[in-house]
Amino acid sequence: MSELSVNHLLGIKYLNSQDIQLIFETADHFKEVINRPIKKVPSLRDITIANLFFENSTRTKLSFELAEKRLSADVINFSASQSSVKKGETLIDTVNNILSMKVDMVVMRHPNPGASVFLSQHVNASIINAGDGAHEHPTQALLDSYSIRERLGSVKGKNVVIVGDILHSRVALSNIFALQLQGASVMVCGPKTLLPKYIDKLGVKVETNLRKALNWCDVANMLRVQNERMEISYFPSTREYTQQYGVNKALLDSLDKEITIMHPGPINRGVEITSDVADSKQAIILDQVQNGVAIRMAVIYLLASKIKH
Amino acid sequence: MSQKVLLNAKEVNIILHRLACQLIENHNDFTDTVLIGLQPRGKYLANRLAKMLKEEYKIKNIQLGYLDITFFRDDFRRGEKPLEANTTEINFLVEDKNIVFIDDVLYTGRSIRAALTAIQSFGRPNEIELLTLIDRRFSRHLPIQPDYRGRQVDAINEEKVKVNWQENDGEDSVYLINN
Repeated sequence: MSELSVNHLLGIKYLNSQDIQLIFETADHFKEVINRPIKKVPSLRDITIANLFFENSTRTKLSFELAEKRLSADVINFSASQSSVKKGETLIDTVNNILSMKVDMVVMRHPNPGASVFLSQHVNASIINAGDGAHEHPTQALLDSYSIRERLGSVKGKNVVIVGDILHSRVALSNIFALQLQGASVMVCGPKTLLPKYIDKLGVKVETNLRKALNWCDVANMLRVQNERMEISYFPSTREYTQQYGVNKALLDSLDKEITIMHPGPINRGVEITSDVADSKQAIILDQVQNGVAIRMAVIYLLASKIKH
Repeated sequence: MSQKVLLNAKEVNIILHRLACQLIENHNDFTDTVLIGLQPRGKYLANRLAKMLKEEYKIKNIQLGYLDITFFRDDFRRGEKPLEANTTEINFLVEDKNIVFIDDVLYTGRSIRAALTAIQSFGRPNEIELLTLIDRRFSRHLPIQPDYRGRQVDAINEEKVKVNWQENDGEDSVYLINN
């Protein structure tokens, strides 16, 4: 097995465990590459990649762009705020216009769930989903698992709790799929209003008490409260949310064991996680960011190897 | 499929000793020299030579690394199978060093071309030499020749040269395989 089973990365749910294994092994090599004095390899000299961001992003966009450049691909960037989308152009038209300039691969973030699946069925290019609404964010889940593997040796058999706004989170869904594929147990924890109604159908444990959840887990992945996706109020106040679901040093120190803290960023310091926790040795938040580049290089490299000219 | 023995264990051993002596002749105590085995197959030859230099010729400062060239190859997406990477382990600086690339078979020269590019990521070496156990002459695509060669072989393109190592394949030997 040295080839992905898919031609696009639309979501973790389309991958199998060998795919994840292959991505991780390839990322190991790229992690070595990006720690060299010269961090660039010429593999993708003949590939052009378009980064289409129909929704704001800083770290994901930078991480993808850096990964592409480290592989020597040609890169074009596009943000919806400065484009003809505002003038009424459809998604397929926008993308086909870009593809007619001989682009081989599209990395897309879009506010609508399923946008990348839709695109993959209608255009002739490799598609990487960089987040579609509250659906999936596969590269984030891959880099999260990769970071757990790096810190704890493996993902298999570990207990991972995802804390916070599960309802609006694409990171949560992709993480649940990825962790389960690799044999981890997953729990979600948050206020009832932010837990999707039938989430237990995915085979995850559900807990509303943060202390109980933290005592159970090896790793806690803290999510941000996505105020921008909330049209109504899901909890009385930010202060109350922090009291119930915020992680602070005192809480961590009172647990029976030392757990690993993750956060996909951007962090709201003092809301879901306090500064002393975010900057502590238990947190692997910046490792996650570094691994993000290696993981994205691996995904792009493996998908590009399936493009035939 | 037929195969012919090009070198047996005894001949491989004699050649390794000669190559080790030739390296000593040019590099003295190896203060400014580093050995780089090219992944995947050059690693075994590099290990063997490094061990021999250390144990039998009592050279203390042998620096040995392995270089993977997968991401620098010029046939990405041209073959049927995707390229699989190996580990690069270079835990020293190559800046201003004399490098000896070590590989088992020199054929088209394309791997060496890739290695010459790949090593630049680790600094600017003073000089690079090439050592190969088998030199398949007349089949080069690029103007690349070895500085140290074990045995020169005339093989046609349909033939394959297979180098076996005790630690990996159970015996030291070189075969010419005709499909």
